[in-house]
Amino acid sequence: MTITIQLPLTLESIKPLQAGDVFLLTGRLLTARDAAHKRLIAELESGQKPPIDLKDETLYYVGPAPAKLGQPLGPAGPTTSGRMDPFTPQLLKLGVRGLIGKGYRSDRVKQALIEHNAVYFAAVGGAAALLARQITSAEVVAYADLGTEAIRRLEVEDFPVIVVNDCHGGDAYADGRKQFEIIHE
Amino acid sequence: MTLRQLSVRHIETAVQELIKESAYKLPADYLAAMRAAEEREASKTGRIMLTTLLDNADYAEVEQIPTCQDTGMAILMLEIGQDVHLVDGNLTDAINAGVRAGYADLRKSVVGDPLERTNTADNAPAIIHTDIVPGNKVTLTLAMKGFGAELMSRMQMFPANGGVEAVKAFVIETIELAGPNACPPVIVGVGLGSSFDGVGLLAKKALMRPLGQPSPKPHLAQLEQELLNSINDLGIGPQGFGGTVTALAVHIESFATHIAALPVAVNLNCSAPRRATVVL
Ligand code: SF4
Repeated sequence: MTITIQLPLTLESIKPLQAGDVFLLTGRLLTARDAAHKRLIAELESGQKPPIDLKDETLYYVGPAPAKLGQPLGPAGPTTSGRMDPFTPQLLKLGVRGLIGKGYRSDRVKQALIEHNAVYFAAVGGAAALLARQITSAEVVAYADLGTEAIRRLEVEDFPVIVVNDCHGGDAYADGRKQFEIIHE
Repeated sequence: MTLRQLSVRHIETAVQELIKESAYKLPADYLAAMRAAEEREASKTGRIMLTTLLDNADYAEVEQIPTCQDTGMAILMLEIGQDVHLVDGNLTDAINAGVRAGYADLRKSVVGDPLERTNTADNAPAIIHTDIVPGNKVTLTLAMKGFGAELMSRMQMFPANGGVEAVKAFVIETIELAGPNACPPVIVGVGLGSSFDGVGLLAKKALMRPLGQPSPKPHLAQLEQELLNSINDLGIGPQGFGGTVTALAVHIESFATHIAALPVAVNLNCSAPRRATVVL
């Protein structure tokens, strides 16, 4: 049985998480991708308060597809996380506790995850239709003009993720590759 | 061959239909290759990833929803018979009207200017390539290209004497840099030769070839197999969590080139390799 973790995450709930572990997430999170990150950081740098409190929040890097009638959201799989790297350490400093995306993070982000006790999960890239089934509600909470890139509040239930980078320096991509790489001399 | 009139309205409708069909349903040859990969993948996590992606494809088709939220940018390759006379309006406008209609219920992922970055809100314009060919038919090939994999694609102008070793090293390096970012298992399209502008298109055309068809040129078919083995030895695996299936196939398309150069382009396709062709 896969273990379910409640959102919002807390310092206590993320400490035991290990790179490579599979979990289900249940609770509330926020979506944000390129344009939302850019605007959020620009506002912070000009001394404005962020439009939402980020303490203990989990950010999901996603630009969802439009919803079908009667559904909260259309297909919603992860986008490439690396594009958020330049902004991420600043957001972790503000208390962001979890990140969900796909792909490599920079050394600076991995360091910041250790420093601020936060965790980076991956969802299965390309499995957007199945992932959307685990989203029970969606509401735009900031930057509505950005369309698919707006910040949304999502409620998820049993949303499957794998820990990529934990707060102890573990790295599931590096571990996985080490196990299967065949090196020819 | 007799001259044939073809209304651009037919092309508009065909574009719209190809988009609808491809967004919800992945190509059969791709799904067959994924099922075979699921059997041979040595990593347990890797197998779970492949099963999830196959379940996702089934679910999307049944529910008639997109397999991936990123339904990409529309790339259209047209082979226009030289005995076809296109009537009833402007071809480019008709294609873009088909794109707008096809993407009405899909995500809008196109910005009008690469620096100003305002979303066009209708996923137009399409990227259009045309070839004039013999005959009186129009062949329309659509790719709905997600940019997770597009962003990890690369090209390089090697000097003439770089040889096959430079090609191999560049392809492998591209896959290593892409790692989990391009939603592996990937399909690798390699362009060799031509010029700076031409080699990228060769790589894209390589991605349009159905899986399970090696290059008709024996030396390239051999290189495709050799590259596929080396890529899978990297151990990146499905979704990058380690495994034996990092790529499903390597396809190479080549063209003549200049005595000074060896142009190479590597274009990647991801876990949503949407493509479809229709002949009008
Ligand atoms: S790279 Fe492909 S499968 Fe992955 S999110 Fe983008 S379009 Fe979807």
